[in-house]
Amino acid sequence: MKKLQIFIRVNGEDHELLVAPNRTLTDVLREELDLTGTKHGCDEGECGSCTVLLDGDPVNSCLVLAAQADGRDITTIEGVANGSDLHPVQRAFVDQGAVQCGFCTPGMVLTAKALLDKKKRPTEHEIRAAVSGNLCRCTGYQKIVDAVQAASRGKTGAGR
Amino acid sequence: MTKKFSVLGTRAPKLDAPDKVTGRAKYAEDLNLPGQLYGAILQSPHAHALIKRIDVSRARRLRGVRAVITAKDVGLTKYGVSPARYDETLFAHEKVRYVGDEVAAVAAVDLETAFAALDLIKVEYEELPAVFSVDDALFNGAPLLHSDYPNNICAEVHQEFGDYEAALGECDYVRTDRLVSKRQDAAFIEPHACVADYDSSGNLTLHSSTQTPHYVQRTVAMVTGLPVGNVRVVKPHVGGGFGPKAEATPLEMSACFLSMKTGRPVKMAYTREQVFLHSRARHQFFHEMTTGVKKDGTIHALHHRAVLDGGAYSSFGIATVYYAGSLLGGPYRLPHMKYDGMRVYTNKPACGAQRGHGGVAARACFEQQLDIIAEEIGMDPVELRLKNIMQTGDVTCNELDMSSLGMRECIEAVRNGSDWVKKKGKLPKGKGIGMACGFFVSGAAYPIYRSDTYHSTVIVRVAEDGGSVTAFTGSADIGQGSDTMVAMIVAEELGIPMSAVKVASGDTDFSMDLGAYSSRQTLMTGHAAKDAAEDVKRQILAVVADELGVDVGRLDIADGRVRIKGEKPDIEPLRLRYVKEHRGWADVPKGDDLTFREAARLATVANGSIVGTGKYKPPRLGGKHKGAAVGTSPAYGCSAQIVEVSVDLETGQVTVDAMTDAHDCGQVVNRTSVEGQMQGSLSMGLGEALLEEVKFDGNGRILNASLGEYKIPTSLDMPRVKSIIIESHEPNGPFGAKEVGEGAIMPTIPAILNAVYDATGVRLHELPLTAERVYGAMKEAKKKGR
Repeated sequence: MKKLQIFIRVNGEDHELLVAPNRTLTDVLREELDLTGTKHGCDEGECGSCTVLLDGDPVNSCLVLAAQADGRDITTIEGVANGSDLHPVQRAFVDQGAVQCGFCTPGMVLTAKALLDKKKRPTEHEIRAAVSGNLCRCTGYQKIVDAVQAASRGKTGAGR
Repeated sequence: MTKKFSVLGTRAPKLDAPDKVTGRAKYAEDLNLPGQLYGAILQSPHAHALIKRIDVSRARRLRGVRAVITAKDVGLTKYGVSPARYDETLFAHEKVRYVGDEVAAVAAVDLETAFAALDLIKVEYEELPAVFSVDDALFNGAPLLHSDYPNNICAEVHQEFGDYEAALGECDYVRTDRLVSKRQDAAFIEPHACVADYDSSGNLTLHSSTQTPHYVQRTVAMVTGLPVGNVRVVKPHVGGGFGPKAEATPLEMSACFLSMKTGRPVKMAYTREQVFLHSRARHQFFHEMTTGVKKDGTIHALHHRAVLDGGAYSSFGIATVYYAGSLLGGPYRLPHMKYDGMRVYTNKPACGAQRGHGGVAARACFEQQLDIIAEEIGMDPVELRLKNIMQTGDVTCNELDMSSLGMRECIEAVRNGSDWVKKKGKLPKGKGIGMACGFFVSGAAYPIYRSDTYHSTVIVRVAEDGGSVTAFTGSADIGQGSDTMVAMIVAEELGIPMSAVKVASGDTDFSMDLGAYSSRQTLMTGHAAKDAAEDVKRQILAVVADELGVDVGRLDIADGRVRIKGEKPDIEPLRLRYVKEHRGWADVPKGDDLTFREAARLATVANGSIVGTGKYKPPRLGGKHKGAAVGTSPAYGCSAQIVEVSVDLETGQVTVDAMTDAHDCGQVVNRTSVEGQMQGSLSMGLGEALLEEVKFDGNGRILNASLGEYKIPTSLDMPRVKSIIIESHEPNGPFGAKEVGEGAIMPTIPAILNAVYDATGVRLHELPLTAERVYGAMKEAKKKGR
């Protein structure tokens, strides 16, 4: 298959890549850029573990062809923290115990960040609706919801 | 018990959480070794067929293919979980037994080429009649899956404790009820993946997404023929397990053989569909229970019959069929119990262990029946349970010793926490409230293979500068937080802050540990960790005592400092020695007491590396009856739940509005993690009660092998949960701690069943409670004029 040339900006860094037209954004991020925080959970857009932000909006990167991302701005989980300073959503996930196996965590954090970027103080239902496309089998979601709420209120430290 | 802890009982953040929120944490599929090949497995398209011929010649010739292996290449070593039921070979020979049975594997320079090679393997099959239900499988003259198992019976259990027949005659009230559950998938979000790396010296390292590095090491060694000492299994971060990742997989063994054949690392992963095909998750259970009670509500006798649809191989199923019976021995006093269980082979993917192993559907059937009985004899369901619950020190009729049991406290906590008294029987039609209880083992008392081995060993090594310690353990943190538990226990025992403890885990080179299953690691690995920390402390204090010329009995370590009882000796000479060694360092020890760092450094200088070892195995426990090993544990966790639901009376749609959950986990190690296990258990139970069923077509193919079609709870399906932790003191647990990971799922399904009845007046005896099923039951009841 003839490869296509694409330009993408990932976590603030520009990349010029040659990709096969059938390659997904997930695979290009993981294999070409070694950004393995973006996960393979189902490869059909059901679990949300491959979530990245495309121009600020959460998308299932397994349903996006890399070629479709040409010229776009992408944030992966590796681009959320500021150096070694965790983003408030990340900090809250750690403090509130929202992380168990952690496989859904990158997608959850990105979805939550996108929500809070658009709405400072979402209600519990808005948080639940926002992350409802990100499946978690470990936590029962409560501590994830609590973490997003804590982050939205600027709270840090361990709580319930 | 008033001992004050400085680390235990706190809400320590999990050690791995920072790496997991930043994407740094590496899971098996994230690992890439230089020169690695990519493997893929060819699976049977037929549920039951003879293999007449396999031709791999075209696949071998494909450019980029490095190896193709079939049963001819890897041999026919039988393996499985229980040595008494080794009924699998890595690749099918002679015949395949389910859609998905493994036939061959390839390794190629990339995944595309590997898949292309699979297409070039020609397998000639001759289809055989197949059986897809237990009824068909047990039918006289049914085709046999395994010629040495007549009637397709994989295992049969017959147990009787007390005298059931006589006891039934003493009962005032007897009734029989049934429950049918459905096959489930564990639906962990990370599909299995692994990288096998066979080096030029004949050592094999397998990085794998597993719950049980130790068992995988043994099985891989047995099947490949390599000495156990040459096989190392390393567990990276694992994206959930819940049971099905507790055994060696064809994926792992294929990768190992392919790496041995090519001399290159081989990476392999299951697709989501293959996770469903591999399965090893929850069986379908058919339960029938006849229970007799006295006029006053005293539970007196139970006859339980269970049939399990096992799929094509045994997997953990022998334990499953025993657990299904033994886990009804408590938490109620039940003097007479008879159990007849049977696991049946069918031409479907094999079922195995899943959270609440074997006991979940049985518990649902029994707890719903107790509710029916309570109503019919005119007792409040909470009162009926309170009347019958066991207390600390009670022993069940099948000899399970409740060495600690906060069952009463759990029931009272959820009753008060949910406003039960105000709500039960008083909610409007369409709204309902229900309760149930349950208990679970805190670690299987016996390993899967017969052995007197220690179940867990831990090594704690002190850093040369004395500033930190590292606990090395073969135990498996699969997200539940066992590494953090180990760090907390070591810190508590050594008297140092958690920040000074590191944990290296999940590697068979580190220590012996049976792994993450049967909710065993807090009690067992925790014990070994405590033991190892104690050893380190003893070694360090012996040197300090010697240097200071004081009796060692006067010394202890707390808050990172050496405490000395009685008159204080002069520590300045020792401090001076430390400071001289560390000229230019910023963090000079201060204060009146010798710091742990100084003491540990002193010991290292005196004796070389300070290494403490710890070990644990349970004492000989349980009864002597056949199958007594299954259900026997050093301790039992227990829980009670109250669930409130809304049922749409027009459509049958069930919504869970509120859940109140209390669990007795003994001494809390990490409060946040305990709640996390409780809440996660509830969501899995809610899914099993309302949504989940693996469905097949008439040819044994799975219809919903995807996370879109197989529905697990989302954030919108889960209500807010009130989690109440009950702390008892477990004498057999480290610092009094015991399980939480599985006991918490036990009451969820029956509490929902009982709440749905309260809302609709209709009893359902089949799961899951889909809108269609609930609507049908309500319509049926209306027709009957109820």
